[in-house]
Amino acid sequence: MSRPRTLFEKIWDEHVVCQPAGEPALLYIDLHLVHEVTSPQAFEGLRLAGRSVRRPELSFATVDHNVPTLASERSVIRDPIAAQQVEALRRNCRDFGVPLFDIGSTEQGIVHVIGPELGLTRPGTTIVCGDSHTSTHGAFGALAFGIGTSEVEHVLATQCLRQQRPKTLQILVRGSLPPGVTAKDLVLGIIGRIGTDGATGHVIEYAGEAVRSLSMEGRMTLCNMSIEAGARAGMVAPDETTFAYLHGRRFVPKGEAWEQALAYWKTLPTDPGAKFDRVVEIDAASLAPAVTWGTNPGMVVPVTGRVPDPQRLPSEGERGAALRALEYMGLRPGTPMQEVAVSRVFIGSCTNARLEDLRAAARVAKGHKVSAKVQAMVVPGSQAVKQAAEREKLDQVFRDAGFEWRESGCSMCLGMNPDILQPLERCASTSNRNFEGRQGTRGRTHLVSPAMAAAAAIAGHFVDVRNWEYRD
Amino acid sequence: MKAFQVHTGKVAPLDRANVDTDQIIPKQFLKRIERSGYGQFLFFDWRYLSDGKPNPEFVLNQPRYAGASILLAGKNFGCGSSREHAPWALLDYGFRAVIAPSFADIFASNCIKNGLLPVVLKESEVTELMDKTATRVEFYPLTVDLVEREVRDDSGFRARFGIDDFKRKFLLEGLDDIALTLKHESSITAYEKQRRAFASPSS
Repeated sequence: MSRPRTLFEKIWDEHVVCQPAGEPALLYIDLHLVHEVTSPQAFEGLRLAGRSVRRPELSFATVDHNVPTLASERSVIRDPIAAQQVEALRRNCRDFGVPLFDIGSTEQGIVHVIGPELGLTRPGTTIVCGDSHTSTHGAFGALAFGIGTSEVEHVLATQCLRQQRPKTLQILVRGSLPPGVTAKDLVLGIIGRIGTDGATGHVIEYAGEAVRSLSMEGRMTLCNMSIEAGARAGMVAPDETTFAYLHGRRFVPKGEAWEQALAYWKTLPTDPGAKFDRVVEIDAASLAPAVTWGTNPGMVVPVTGRVPDPQRLPSEGERGAALRALEYMGLRPGTPMQEVAVSRVFIGSCTNARLEDLRAAARVAKGHKVSAKVQAMVVPGSQAVKQAAEREKLDQVFRDAGFEWRESGCSMCLGMNPDILQPLERCASTSNRNFEGRQGTRGRTHLVSPAMAAAAAIAGHFVDVRNWEYRD
Repeated sequence: MKAFQVHTGKVAPLDRANVDTDQIIPKQFLKRIERSGYGQFLFFDWRYLSDGKPNPEFVLNQPRYAGASILLAGKNFGCGSSREHAPWALLDYGFRAVIAPSFADIFASNCIKNGLLPVVLKESEVTELMDKTATRVEFYPLTVDLVEREVRDDSGFRARFGIDDFKRKFLLEGLDDIALTLKHESSITAYEKQRRAFASPSS
């Protein structure tokens, strides 16, 4: 019998095209996702070198970062530089034969939301995109990672990437998540524990009962933020939950091909006895709804906690970073997180803008009103999510409560479009990065789950959603 | 791609850990479709005050660090977004090398592709260089030598750094990554012939 292998090793081995002496492996890429921000220079590079796209049918493009989320602003993008970038993607897709899900199409959405919902994301495949949150697709047992623009050009030209083999890290989440604790709280808890560079150079495989019990949406949230721990990728082994999600989706194999694919996918999970380079164990019962207090996702506490006192941190480096973060965030050490007031709430992004996320937020919002001091918006991750939510009348729940209901896009996760924070505005956000200026210059971001964000919108400050008064 | 062999230049110390690519080049400058001209936006939110004037506190605005071509920084430099605009901005500003105790993976890879050398030194060595940079008021030249895999100064500092052989060769010779891969065209075609049909999207 062959040596026991991890899920990662199986996918890696399957995709090595060749291993030239003295060079990193050449890895075949099954799926390349493209968006407007990180691709124009790559297509231009092809033109300058007189190269073509090797396998245009393995690339799929959409527009998400730059697109306005107000319906009235979508037909003509007012920012001329953003409009030019979107136009460049249209021209590039036309010239090179890459399929594009444009503004106005029913498939448009955040690249990491549409890949899975169209069934482009499948177990056992290699997936890349010029976007760090490509790790999302690992939820399906794929090896999916973000790349830079030079690599985007390389994949377009060769359908391959030259890659050093990363190390493996198993994160074993023991026990089950307590009620009111979501995948977002789990991943924030993990990053808080291992740090924003805790998984650098590694591919994470998430395992354990708590991970197995997550829906595909939850697994995507978990894998999405792997990059915030520095990981090359995050993965969850495919199982019946995965197969049930994928069955019947547009680009998934049908009929006999489905049966063949299924038989192969079932061979992918890590073999008993396979070795990881590192293992980290997390006790699910110890987790609570999480809120970040600082300027990176590792600066996080339970909602029942307080803003930490930098003087009590162990190293000089951490003290300096915490002092700087608190100054930027306008917070005082020792303040209970539940006394921190917000003026903006953003429910959206590739981390938390799928149907399940919107359902969780709507359940909290139902029968309540957004605080008079808060401006809150819900931005579905894709047109398909938007339509599904509207069929369930979630849009009505949000509108009745005073949330704005928008069109799909990256929106305020990174503020490359009209949705941005004003200086010093404080936002409860379901996105993935609380970096300085991420949502708008001098804006202050606190990362939370969708239910926690909805509750903060209504209360006007952070609250422990485990004590929420549901009115359904 | 610009080759890198040996570079001697002025050092600027950015004594912060976890500098993310949103700080290196903020999002509002990613809408351009060109590959050049990003140096003016490097560290924009730290470099300029809200009224648009240079922030005198920020290291790159201090006259003594004008013309610096080597950046010293804390651990996990370049974390966050995969935007290659970050190394483009550093190079366009005039940096040829960044020295830090560790780098984020995608950023380090993007640097190599563009001929910007990420040098990993021990935390204690970076601290020593930070201290020297701060105390040496006059021009403090540092040499980053990829041929010898070492960083040295004019006053006894000498530290070896590790770098993968292939990356080193790639930088020393300024190779074209795509051309290099296309040498394996026949292997790629052979792989495609035996690839599982269901690995491609079906429609």
